[in-house]
Amino acid sequence: MASVFDVTLVCLILAVGAWSTFARLTFSAIVIFIVYGLLLSLAWVRLAAVDVALTEAAIGSGVTGMLLLNAVARLRSTDAAPTPSRSSVNIAAGVFCTLITASLAGLVLVPPQVPVSLAPSVMESLGQSGLGNPVAGVLFVYRSLDTLLEKVVLVLALIAVWSLAPDGLWGGKPALRPFPQRDSVLIFLARTVPPIGIMVGIYMFWVGADEPGGAFQGGAVLAAMWILVMIAGLAAVPPTSSHALRLALIVGPVVFLAIGILGIFLTGTFLAYPEGYAKPLIIAIEATLTVSIGVTLAMHVVGPPEKEWRS
Amino acid sequence: MAIMNAITIFGLCAAALVGLGIFGLIVNPQPLRKILAINILGSGVFLMFGVIARRGAAAGLGGDPVPQAMVITGIVVAFSATALAVALLLRLVLVSGAATLEAEAEPSEKDGR
Repeated sequence: MASVFDVTLVCLILAVGAWSTFARLTFSAIVIFIVYGLLLSLAWVRLAAVDVALTEAAIGSGVTGMLLLNAVARLRSTDAAPTPSRSSVNIAAGVFCTLITASLAGLVLVPPQVPVSLAPSVMESLGQSGLGNPVAGVLFVYRSLDTLLEKVVLVLALIAVWSLAPDGLWGGKPALRPFPQRDSVLIFLARTVPPIGIMVGIYMFWVGADEPGGAFQGGAVLAAMWILVMIAGLAAVPPTSSHALRLALIVGPVVFLAIGILGIFLTGTFLAYPEGYAKPLIIAIEATLTVSIGVTLAMHVVGPPEKEWRS
Repeated sequence: MAIMNAITIFGLCAAALVGLGIFGLIVNPQPLRKILAINILGSGVFLMFGVIARRGAAAGLGGDPVPQAMVITGIVVAFSATALAVALLLRLVLVSGAATLEAEAEPSEKDGR
């Protein structure tokens, strides 16, 4: 039987999700969406997926929330009263979505007789990689091509975001408006939290080999610390033409790719690790990826260049 | 009902979230709200993966790590897509002066700056 906690959690998630969808103001909808993401990460803990819970809280709720809040702040002047859609459209959409939900619910209620699981085969060969966290094992050993391509997608998306700036501003500075007040709580936090936050980020990456955590989650924490310092105006937003910035963006994927190509020469397979060296190589990949992910996520949040910048 | 265990409850929640996300995507006219709705839709799909992973619990693990790893990848890719969509929207506002997808906003009338 489902516990009272689970039923309450599911009701809360659905209520908050609906609230976010139907809230009148876009700003409120986004703030509610952040709460929704945090509740959802609790659901992930209940589903015994702590790695996913950390990712959902850090990226799905936190960084996405910051990105959307930044967007709504820039769009506020254009946030006109929404023209309500026609009720016929609403009813048709409602019927359509109810059908989708009902068919998915049917699939959930009629599970396969023998649950499909790759867990035994993962655990069988996890020992060879030297890792203790099966999710990290899947990400960096069995499905490392997915993980590599996902990093490339993150960087490609950033290039696309930058390309959306008007031609003359290529290589310029993103217009993140710092918080102006000098003696505020924000400034105080931006001075005191980052040392702890950076430790937490590095720790999350480091324990990721054996416990829940990893490069994504650690990188997201590092990104949050950098954004905090930039919003408080304590650190300048780097121009997108900065060589140091661009190096930090690609160092993770490049090291990953280089180790993958090394695998062709040493073992005959792309992205295969030579025997006995799997763990140190994975740690090297994860360390550089943590830096790249942190920088890429933060640059996504601050957005495309909007100011010209001369060196 | 014997099958109403905790995993099933989360599965039904995932199904409802998918429907809610698609509904929001269709009925909300503002682009930023549509982006938000796509994120709710995505989180429902991910939660469905979580339910499948939990049902595949074996070998001493709480869940099948393969779908869990795919969800982590999915969350990061969904973030990339959201960031790109937001950037497209901001550029649309910069060029057309209005955050709307309405077709009647004639291009000749407010031709880009």
